[in-house]
Amino acid sequence: MSSPKVDPIRQHTLPSQVAKEDEPALVAAAKAGDISAFETLVGRYERKIFRLTQNITQNREDAEDSMQEAFLKAFEHLGEFQGNSRFYTWLVRIAVNQALMKLRKRRPNQVSLDENIDTGEESIPRDVEDWGPSPEDRYEQRELGGILEGVISELDPSFRIVFQLRDIEELSTEETAEALGLSVPAVKSRLLRARLKLRQKLNRYFRQGENQ
Amino acid sequence: MNCKTLVIELEHYLDKELDATLRLSIEEHLLKCKKCRVIVNTTKKTIEFYCNSEPAPLPADTRTRLHEALAKRLRRAHT
Repeated sequence: MSSPKVDPIRQHTLPSQVAKEDEPALVAAAKAGDISAFETLVGRYERKIFRLTQNITQNREDAEDSMQEAFLKAFEHLGEFQGNSRFYTWLVRIAVNQALMKLRKRRPNQVSLDENIDTGEESIPRDVEDWGPSPEDRYEQRELGGILEGVISELDPSFRIVFQLRDIEELSTEETAEALGLSVPAVKSRLLRARLKLRQKLNRYFRQGENQ
Repeated sequence: MNCKTLVIELEHYLDKELDATLRLSIEEHLLKCKKCRVIVNTTKKTIEFYCNSEPAPLPADTRTRLHEALAKRLRRAHT
């Protein structure tokens, strides 16, 4: 059988590559009291952690506070980090907790990650126009970044956060479930819906003939 | 395999969690169905866009406040 014309997902940075080789040594040094080692870790991850807390809270002030609290907490609890997971995954979990606390404080009635979402049959997407070979060539990098950010912010928090952890921070399904206190099937169901919703929203910008 | 089943299994297909038989059956369907090919390809592209997107630099004032707060805490730990 010949293979269908399905594009492979382009090689991207895997979590094991995100955690640079010197990370265990930096963590060990920081645990032993080397302040500059901890500062190096902060410098390495501050942009990613801020994007994470921004995407969860959708509020600049809360995002900044959550990021700060996450790094301070990580420093305070560094002695408890056993090294069973990657330091970055551990840090992400702390940042998620801080950001969720802020989000729930601001919108107590709107954020329930564990609410029952119908996990029944998925419907076939309506809008299935192709995007053409390289939609990314139609937009400047910065403009594309703005589109991606705008589109993800339209998602419901329970979809947005799962997508963020799985497809942007590249946590495993199990790590995501653990970080959010959800079951594995719930994570999978939300992830599928988030991916399909984002795909549909990006259609506005990327479908063939658009902006050409 | 039909379009509806493909969408239900899409998650497992994209994350390569399917057994060989189901995977083959999806790939056979994709050969025949342009609509599903588009869904699979554009969903993969969506993941790829987000996965490869670089986080923006921290706003200067945010970065200053973060490092001031850390310096204060780290100094305390050092004394």
